[in-house]
Amino acid sequence: MIWKIFLFLLLAFVSVAGISFPIVENPTRWYEFPLIPGLEENAKIIFFHVPTAWLTVIAFLMSTIYSFKYLRKKNLDDDVKSYAAAQLGMIFCILATVTGAVWAKFAWGSYWSWDPRQTSIFALLLIYGAWFALRSSIESEEKRATLSSVYSMIAFVTVPFFIFIMPRIMSGLHPGSADDSNAGPVVNFKMNGNMQLIFFLSMIGFTVLYFWMWNVGYRSMLLKEKLDKKLIRG
Amino acid sequence: MNSKAYSLFLKDFKSELRTRYAINALAMFIIVAISVILFSVGNEKISASLTGGLFWVVIFFTAMSGLSRAFVSEEERGTTLALQLVAAPTTVFSGKLIFNIILVFAMNTVIAILYSAMFDAFVIQNFLLFLTSFVFGNIGLAVSSTIIAAIIAKAGAKGTLYPVLAFPILLPLILTSVQLTLFAIDGISFERAKFELAIVVSYDVIMLTASYMLFDFIWKE
Repeated sequence: MIWKIFLFLLLAFVSVAGISFPIVENPTRWYEFPLIPGLEENAKIIFFHVPTAWLTVIAFLMSTIYSFKYLRKKNLDDDVKSYAAAQLGMIFCILATVTGAVWAKFAWGSYWSWDPRQTSIFALLLIYGAWFALRSSIESEEKRATLSSVYSMIAFVTVPFFIFIMPRIMSGLHPGSADDSNAGPVVNFKMNGNMQLIFFLSMIGFTVLYFWMWNVGYRSMLLKEKLDKKLIRG
Repeated sequence: MNSKAYSLFLKDFKSELRTRYAINALAMFIIVAISVILFSVGNEKISASLTGGLFWVVIFFTAMSGLSRAFVSEEERGTTLALQLVAAPTTVFSGKLIFNIILVFAMNTVIAILYSAMFDAFVIQNFLLFLTSFVFGNIGLAVSSTIIAAIIAKAGAKGTLYPVLAFPILLPLILTSVQLTLFAIDGISFERAKFELAIVVSYDVIMLTASYMLFDFIWKE
């Protein structure tokens, strides 16, 4: 219980600090953020956009790991865990896409410009969408679990193409991409100590939140299944 | 095992020649897709780069219309169990894959010929580059659509689901192939396109490996 209160306080602090701390050219006080050329006030989205994108990847990875586990052990609980992770992944994927698009409107001038990062998050949305469509089309539990596990493994091997290769063949606008000179590796060099601290606190807070949500999600699904089986048996 | 895969392919080939279902459907689909583009373009002069992209649109949708037959037909005729008895999963997959590769090559060659006849702007400057990317692109297309067809057949032959499932998997291949086709149209040398070619080749290898490893699970379901 105590850690839930702590998590609430942490995320509340991150939200307030991330939105309200001012960005100045030469930060002197502890609550001031430095000015990053090319990003300016837009830089504040880093506290909310990057964690959602990070959780999208984590959720996708966990969903694949549990799919892999299911294929090896054929334990239906693993499929439920994979499903719960993918559900959260879908939510965070939509959040990352929307926050990214809103940010892009102010930083690049348009909501969508097929930057490599935008292309890859779009492909991830498509994969999740296809995965849920596949799951909803199959009645039998075992069959659904096996086929969706296989599909998520196949989808997973295409991910390196989107993450590592697409940014190299397409020119990118996203901060941190290869040919980005003015707003280069933001996290390492352009942020000062307190900005980094709040950024990593936000990452930790969101990650703990994700694991909590995932835990509640899959436990409730397992309980529901147990109850269903009890009701059927009478 | 190889001779078994070959005889499985021969079985598919013969039954295809008898019914001509996939060939007819694919041929008609190619004509329909190209004429839809022709009608929508009208008298407009379209640029060379646009024809390169549209070329892959036709290829993608034609592949989606016909390639799922390989496994769906077995499921419809109820011959899956017999196949499971006589052959190992990898053999079945090899047989189906050979059949689909030949189908994809035939289909895409027809598309390429018809396409270059219909669109004046679609002129390939570097033919060798186009041919190389065409060959590797076709193999990748065949591999991915065969494994997705196996999933679809087990999921109860849901026709509409096939393009939905296949598109995200094929996206890296299609994006790079469009790029390579544009290079070939612009007459860019092999040397400058080698990174893109390497992507297509590695896509083929990765997909082939993953398909062979995962096909067991689908087939036994």
